Amino acid sequence: MNMLDNKLNKTATVINELGLHARPAARIAAIANEAQSDVWLYKNGEQADATSIIDILSLACFKGTVVTLEISNPADAPVLNKIIDFFERGFEE
Amino acid sequence: MQTDAREIILKGISGSPGICIGKAYLVDKEGVDVIEKYTIPPENIRQETNRFKTAVTKARNELEDIIKDVPEELRHHAAILETHLLLHKDKMFYGKIIDMIKAERINAEWALKETTAQTKSMFNNIPDPYLKSRAADIEHVSERIMRNLVGIKDVNIASIDKRVILVAHDLSPAQTSQIQLEKIMGFITDRGGRASHTSIIARTLELPAVLGLDNATRIIKTDSIIVVDGAKGIVIVNPEDETLIRYEELAKKYALRKADILRTSDRPAESADGQTFSIMGNIELPEEVVAVKDHGGDGIGLYRTEFLYMNRDTFPDEQELFIQYKEVAELMYPQPVTIRTLDINGDKAISTKAATDETNPALGLRAIRFCLQNPGIFKTQLRAILRAAAFGNIRLLLPMISGCEEIIESIQLLNQAASDLESEALPHNRDIKVGIMIEVPSAAVIADQLADLVDFFSIGTNDLVQYTLAIDRGNRHVAYLYNTLHPAVIRMIKFIVDAGKKKQIKTFMCGEMASEIINLPILMGIGIDAFSMAPQSIPSIKNMIRKISVSESRLFLKEVLKQTSAADTMQLITDTYGDTLTNGIYTK
Repeated sequence: MNMLDNKLNKTATVINELGLHARPAARIAAIANEAQSDVWLYKNGEQADATSIIDILSLACFKGTVVTLEISNPADAPVLNKIIDFFERGFEE
Repeated sequence: MQTDAREIILKGISGSPGICIGKAYLVDKEGVDVIEKYTIPPENIRQETNRFKTAVTKARNELEDIIKDVPEELRHHAAILETHLLLHKDKMFYGKIIDMIKAERINAEWALKETTAQTKSMFNNIPDPYLKSRAADIEHVSERIMRNLVGIKDVNIASIDKRVILVAHDLSPAQTSQIQLEKIMGFITDRGGRASHTSIIARTLELPAVLGLDNATRIIKTDSIIVVDGAKGIVIVNPEDETLIRYEELAKKYALRKADILRTSDRPAESADGQTFSIMGNIELPEEVVAVKDHGGDGIGLYRTEFLYMNRDTFPDEQELFIQYKEVAELMYPQPVTIRTLDINGDKAISTKAATDETNPALGLRAIRFCLQNPGIFKTQLRAILRAAAFGNIRLLLPMISGCEEIIESIQLLNQAASDLESEALPHNRDIKVGIMIEVPSAAVIADQLADLVDFFSIGTNDLVQYTLAIDRGNRHVAYLYNTLHPAVIRMIKFIVDAGKKKQIKTFMCGEMASEIINLPILMGIGIDAFSMAPQSIPSIKNMIRKISVSESRLFLKEVLKQTSAADTMQLITDTYGDTLTNGIYTK
């Protein structure tokens, strides 16, 4: 990784039946709000602010969608991992 | 009757059956519809954004109060309100509105209206129907803020002081949770379908509901007399005298029939040719025993025990479990209580166990598999059950059995638990009947082998159908294929029951298939010995059993087994038992 680039990203897949709907979006936004800097969610090049439920929902992530999460401050790595973990657990549904 | 009020018939979707006649009560916020747009002078912009912020704070406070007051029985519906709470402060909503007020120098109401419309249209462009319907969430949040901006009081449903029929554009979860249930006779909404929040609540409360009427709120005025026919999905506004008389008779008949069925519900379910069936209730909490008794249940056929293991940090201890099981056993005595051991699965993840990364929880570590991997947890429950068995008629039911080894291992643990209790001189009863859930196709196929090891079978139709047809009912794309009348399901159930009969053990059925009257002729023909279901379904099932003859249903089954599709079977049921079935109420 480029030392000057502080960005970190990880990929996750939406695995629950209903997709990334309001409840998990609210949870993600709540976790992302703990971050010190920006947290972004990408789907096919589209970008959403992970602290906004509406922005997350606007990506329309159905079951099977692959998304990339990106943080701009390495100090936010725990936030990144927490969100990825939440994806991997199928949003606990 | 007033001459200017013409009778109007509105057709919608049946949300919940039943008939009611009464005065309408509109829950729509009048006056908010007309929003004026005006420019704010630069020196007042700050004041305007503050006005908006105050309205949001008020709206959030209102919502927080509502969440606090959500009645216990609706508690799990409150999650959506928590999401609404977060939406109020969402960057793309809250932030955007403030930016708009500043940049365009417009009033807060207009900025709110514009942003709401933009956000809604964004949602409406999403192809997925579930995500699309989230536009409604934005609307609910926006309306609450708007009322606080404009200064209109929210129609307080909690303060309705007469019995009314609620008429709303769409009842938000916040609104439904405020309803004082004893004041409501029925529900009518412009929006919504059978899977909507309102529909679920109405069915839980056994109140009639007609949804998806499009423009009911424009046609119906508060205090208009309306008739709601929940089963047909019809609403009649300003009914003429004849209509009123007809529906009053229908409503009376309906109530009588319902009362009649309830009244006879404590009598045994004896078929037309004299065979008695045991009709039991499914419960999750000791409190529900009352409902089982009130509806004439002959025992508890399925006591789900997951509840005490959920939403907590530690596993329940033996004493806590023992006290609950004992209470249920004593309340039901001498009737049987069938305790199903822990069935934790994907949608009921226990908080004490770190959630595992299972992509396919239905095929993963659940129920008996989990218990046998965690013998400490399992034994604690078995000990509590054995101890409670000293106080009532308890049977043990093992879930998700897929082979003989699991039964043998479980019985070993049960014997160990009994010996331990013996040496500790704790009162218990080790002489209890042990049964298994047949819900995995492998268990069905070797039912004859399993029958040698246990005292009874209980067919869990929900899972058995899901695994047999490889259909996840939660998956919208394939849910239409989930059909309990699939020939494979009927054959499999017959195979299980036949295997049990050969070894002289009884087969029960719990799960939704047991609670639908249309399935009864087939199930009675197959020879299921007892049924267990939600307490509310017991009276209508008992009533229907009395109308069906077992010997006839056996002949009928022969015809059913010749059918090659669920649709053909359904047709055959309607042709043969149609009249009997339509005379039973609670029909779906």
